[in-house]
Amino acid sequence: MSATHADTIVMPTRKSPVPAITFAGLILILAILPAFVYPIFVMKLLCFVLFAAAFNLLLGYTGLLSFGHAAFFGGAAYVTAHALKVWQVTPELAIIAGVVTSIVLGLIIGVVAIRRQGIYFAMITLAMAQMFYFFCLQAPFTNGEDGIQGFSRGNLFGIIDLNETMNLYYFIAAVSVLSLALIWRIVNSPFGQILRAIRENEPRTISLGYSAQRFKLAAFVMSAGLTGLAGALKALLFQFATLADVAWQMSGEVILMTLIGGIGTMAGPVVGAGILVGMQNFLATSGLPVTMVLGGTFMICVLLFRRGVVGEFLHLLERRKG
Amino acid sequence: MKNLKTIILSTVFTLSATAAFADPYRIGVLTDMSGMNYDLAGQGSVVAAQMAVEDFGGKLLGEDIEVIVGDHQNKPDVGSTLARTWIDEQNVVAVVDVPTSSVAMAVQEITRQKDTAFLISTAGSSALTAEACSASTAQWTWDTYALANGTGRALTQGGAKKWYFITVDYTFGHALEADTTQAVTAAGGEVIGSVRHPRETTDFSSYILQAQASGADVIALANSSGDTMTALKQMQEFGITEAGQKVAGMLLFLTDVQGVGLDIAQDLTLTTAFYWDMDDATREWSARYSERMEGKKPTMVHAGVYSAVMNYLKAAEASGQAKSGSKVMETMRGMDINDFFNRNAYLREDGRVVHDMFLVRVKKPSESTSEGDLYEVLATIPGNEAFASLENSTCPLVKK
Repeated sequence: MSATHADTIVMPTRKSPVPAITFAGLILILAILPAFVYPIFVMKLLCFVLFAAAFNLLLGYTGLLSFGHAAFFGGAAYVTAHALKVWQVTPELAIIAGVVTSIVLGLIIGVVAIRRQGIYFAMITLAMAQMFYFFCLQAPFTNGEDGIQGFSRGNLFGIIDLNETMNLYYFIAAVSVLSLALIWRIVNSPFGQILRAIRENEPRTISLGYSAQRFKLAAFVMSAGLTGLAGALKALLFQFATLADVAWQMSGEVILMTLIGGIGTMAGPVVGAGILVGMQNFLATSGLPVTMVLGGTFMICVLLFRRGVVGEFLHLLERRKG
Repeated sequence: MKNLKTIILSTVFTLSATAAFADPYRIGVLTDMSGMNYDLAGQGSVVAAQMAVEDFGGKLLGEDIEVIVGDHQNKPDVGSTLARTWIDEQNVVAVVDVPTSSVAMAVQEITRQKDTAFLISTAGSSALTAEACSASTAQWTWDTYALANGTGRALTQGGAKKWYFITVDYTFGHALEADTTQAVTAAGGEVIGSVRHPRETTDFSSYILQAQASGADVIALANSSGDTMTALKQMQEFGITEAGQKVAGMLLFLTDVQGVGLDIAQDLTLTTAFYWDMDDATREWSARYSERMEGKKPTMVHAGVYSAVMNYLKAAEASGQAKSGSKVMETMRGMDINDFFNRNAYLREDGRVVHDMFLVRVKKPSESTSEGDLYEVLATIPGNEAFASLENSTCPLVKK
């Protein structure tokens, strides 16, 4: 995997206008998109884009493959849903409660998992996420297979009614763009450079005097928190939280999104989430066996586009230049 | 240039206008086309809905009716998005079937908001007609209470007094065990013990040994699908039924019995809403169904889908409109909804369709004459005994 990483590293030049233009373009697209595409679908897409981007922060930039991100996604979703339904707080407080939950979970799972590397790291995260899944299965407040369902989205800051689709749309769009900008900022900071250094050569980073464990834990917790934000938004959007959000399949799906899009690129998770969520939605009424088509797509990606769609595209650009 | 603009605009307007006017009424079958519920519901539900539309004559209030299909992949978010788009953009007037209770609950929130008819056949969560009930919903076929309660009561009355439970350890299993316990004690039996297992267990031997040693008359499986099938296979290895103990499945479908085979499932007692080989009417309908499904026998879910869609169309025609699901349901409450599937049936205000249920015994391989010949019907359970009464209902629509 390190071979593919090595040539996707693009050291950002400080004053490059590309990111600013990209973000401006993203905002513009999001502003006009609801005129053409069903807004609920776009919002769902944004939740998964954020989820995949948060996951990529860990896998792509720190080189840690977590198989337990569903715990943060679903945990935050459950707490947000419970806060809205039972505690009846305003949505922003419910989201904060969800994010705090995922940060705490991230801290607990992270402290244990980062002590090991590679497959052992992945297995520890999977095991702890499964423990959390069974906790959610049994805990009375999650209502087992029925999930937490049917609550009002409430008023943002007590004034903006989020039950209005377009209000909700602009709220979710704004939070998603800000979070993506935050991830971009983390990746392109000195902190992000050290994460990449750890990914490339951990012993060497340690020999340079950095405490790799602390950096890894920080990255893990940040990724967990942002994943939680995605889960909380999704719960707010759909007005339910169910076992599907904490099940291991959800952890698998986000890996799939990141791989198809392109590991270690900013745009990769965005494209990957778009492809996967789009396929799930559009294949649903096509009469084709969805899971088989998704599996086939994944195989084709692994065999033909090892760097993912975006990674392959960037690679092509590089080759043209060189 | 101006001409071109006019032409384009007028074409766009005509197209959008015809699209709006020629939109037929659509029935959306939202089911599992690629996962574990495919055999139980899946394609069979689609065919059953199409049969109902054809038998009805293909037209509702003078407009065409079209059946469309969605695969929710057992994901609540996919199901919820699909249902919402269908209703908002595709003139879907009824959403049908919906396996997996979390998806059904999510869809019910949307059909309630949009006042669209929701005809539930596969989902069996009792919550759908309890605290989460909706005026535009009809839960047609079964619920967990009816199956557990039916089997519990009938077996106890039949002389099997001492019960032992093997229960899956989460809300669903606990509820199933509690409902059955209530029925058993009400009928004069007693529960002498129970053991809990985690979901998706592969080794049931220690639980089975405890159940066997308890000396109970009945060992009840309060779990579902994969767990039930694994437990049944292992109980066969321990020779439970040969030693004289009865095994009862609290939540078991025709497809589960076919899945494990008669060798293993023989003599099992269970409750069902429908069996194809009950009388001429069920046989006639099932034969028509089998013809279109490569000889497969319909499950109770498939028969329920047909009956639900058929009665929905009748009620919509009678109420003079299809858009408001709650008005159609109101008409249906005053209607006779009896047919080959529904016996002594009526629709309650909480959305529960009350009808007779049947206690059946799985045949021995030697008694079975054909592939689909699986059950012997032991008794009819009157609807009012089978389903939970409205007395303790938590549904806000029930006036007390």
